[in-house]
Amino acid sequence: MNTTINLTMAIVLAVLYSVGFYLLMQRSLMRILIGIVVLGHGANLLLQVSGGPPGRAPILDAVLPEQITDPLPQALALTAIVITFALTTLLLALGYRSWVLVGHDEVQDDVEDRRIADRLKPKGAMEEGTADETEAGPEDTADSHELEEGRR
Amino acid sequence: MTPLQAFVTLPVLLPMLGAATSVVVSRRASAQRVIGVVTLALVCVVAGVLLVSADANGPIVAELGGWPAPMGIVLVADRMSALLLLISTLVTLAVLVYAIDQRISDYGRETASTTFHPIFLLLSTGVSLAYLTGDLFTLFVAFEIMLASSYVLITRRTSASRIRSGMTYVIVSLTSSLLFLTAVGLVYAATGTVNLADLAGRMGALPEGLRAVLALVLIVVFGIKAAIVPLHFWLPDSYPNAPAPVTALFAGLLTKVGIYALLRTQTLIFPQDSPSTLLLVIAAVTMVVGALGAVAQDDLNRLLSFLLVSHIGFMVFGLALHTPDGIAGTGLYVVHHITVQATLFLVSGLITRRTGTVSISQMGGLAQQAPHLAVLFAVPAITLAGLPPTSGFVAKLALLQAGAGAGVPGELVAAVVVLASLLTLYAVARVWVRVFWGAPKEPLADDDPNDELVVGTARSARGMYVGAASLVGVSVVIALFAGPLSGVTARAGQDLHDRRGYTDAVLGPGAGTGPAATVSATGRPGDLDGELTVRTAGGDAGGPPGGGPVPAAAQPLEVGP
Repeated sequence: MNTTINLTMAIVLAVLYSVGFYLLMQRSLMRILIGIVVLGHGANLLLQVSGGPPGRAPILDAVLPEQITDPLPQALALTAIVITFALTTLLLALGYRSWVLVGHDEVQDDVEDRRIADRLKPKGAMEEGTADETEAGPEDTADSHELEEGRR
Repeated sequence: MTPLQAFVTLPVLLPMLGAATSVVVSRRASAQRVIGVVTLALVCVVAGVLLVSADANGPIVAELGGWPAPMGIVLVADRMSALLLLISTLVTLAVLVYAIDQRISDYGRETASTTFHPIFLLLSTGVSLAYLTGDLFTLFVAFEIMLASSYVLITRRTSASRIRSGMTYVIVSLTSSLLFLTAVGLVYAATGTVNLADLAGRMGALPEGLRAVLALVLIVVFGIKAAIVPLHFWLPDSYPNAPAPVTALFAGLLTKVGIYALLRTQTLIFPQDSPSTLLLVIAAVTMVVGALGAVAQDDLNRLLSFLLVSHIGFMVFGLALHTPDGIAGTGLYVVHHITVQATLFLVSGLITRRTGTVSISQMGGLAQQAPHLAVLFAVPAITLAGLPPTSGFVAKLALLQAGAGAGVPGELVAAVVVLASLLTLYAVARVWVRVFWGAPKEPLADDDPNDELVVGTARSARGMYVGAASLVGVSVVIALFAGPLSGVTARAGQDLHDRRGYTDAVLGPGAGTGPAATVSATGRPGDLDGELTVRTAGGDAGGPPGGGPVPAAAQPLEVGP
């Protein structure tokens, strides 16, 4: 019974997870997408590592039972890889769609957050916030973003 | 496999086959409609049979491919899962009727779609699988089927103003899915199994700290899906922007599946004798934050979304008590809430079609213009607030009684339940006064005729009313038959708290909750090398979950997609 962990794998996993989560925090959709991909690799690798140390291929009559590797996590990881692959493709398509519709690939501001932030600002900076307040709702997302662009 | 066991697989297989057939006939709109309605109606019948049988004779277990648990994948229909399956499918069916008629009145009778009907049925597949599965990894697959379908439904025909909320939803859900995958890996590394019943036995042998970490990871994962505060931020942002039937379906089902997964894993794998302080605090905060958020909203759909978040807290409260009564209360509340929340979003869709706006302050006098809409809104709104004699009152009473019987912490949170109910009543009363009373206002012109969100005409087909009204009928029936229903949920709560019925049914009598077999820290399952005879399709995605030896007979496996 092997109770030690593979240090190399632990470090690789730590790096993959931290890089993945760091990229998820970015504003650019493309970086978020890469973050999801890296995070997905991390999760799939973790599934592999969870099967214990590597061994021989699990083929009956060819290897001794105690030498074989645990095939189950590999099967799980394979399923998970297919799923993450499919979802990455979907996200890529969505990112492209967002780029076509909006013209850039930044994650847009939440309207509610925007309004709360505007309320907290001193009076002088309010002029674009008041326009939002009269008409609530998510429809004006694009407008408020354009306004924000203009302010820059 | 007996016929009854084969029945357990039908709620998953039927919608999947229906989805495939729906793609094949994607040129014929009427055929797609028939397939959708017939499939879901059949699943309703199957779920009813399962519920009656599980209530009479205990859990029904189907071993897929003939592989025995814990090696193979099992589908389990016990009282709780069969009950939730039945009510979910009923709601899905009513939403489909509504959606079909909305599509007819918007796009014409002949317009077929290659995506809508198949994806709708696939979503139903994922929901059924999530309720029935007895295996943590299959639960992940079920969530993925469900969520992938929901990504498509929420971003279909999307416009520039709505793409942001769709992206938020997709990214948040994907992140939680990857965390779920991480949790599965950690659980397997710690115990060497992913079978829920097997986990129930093995988890007890783990050190306290490790168990707490695993429990916490799973709470976070399902918490994001169920939208408990502070993991709720994505929900009021994304749900309101989808078309009404899609929002109704998501609000009714997706969050409840998260609650069900939380309920199943917490009671089965991490049982407790005393109330869980963490979950009690989460429940109280969720109820209050959601209700206060709802009071502050002007957008009807956002208001309903915040109410949804608030009422998720009610369900977490019952679970947090970790008593049979509390779990039974949660079950009853889920049944009531699935129906009523879906109804409210459907009615909201009807209202916005009439007024052309989602802003409450721009509506008025609808009670004179459309009295039938007023009735359709009033009944579920009163039910949601939990006034007697509605189903909401029955469910809330069950929760309050469970809270009162669980010591001081339970009583404190029970007081929060009452407070949140009052805030809910205030929020829906505000909608009622602004929207249905006062001077009638002219409907606003639709500013964006291409989106599905706001049509801005009074042209609502009869089927939309039928869909919404039938759900109102379901919630009235729940109230009328509250006695027998609470009997079922009480027995279900007892089952979940006791665990033995479930583990015995899956693993065979006496096998489940006993002391764990050899569990290694690295997850080499059990070192059962002596009798290990392995013949498996190496690397095949359909390998049977559950550690340990694999039966010698190589049989075809059920493969996750």
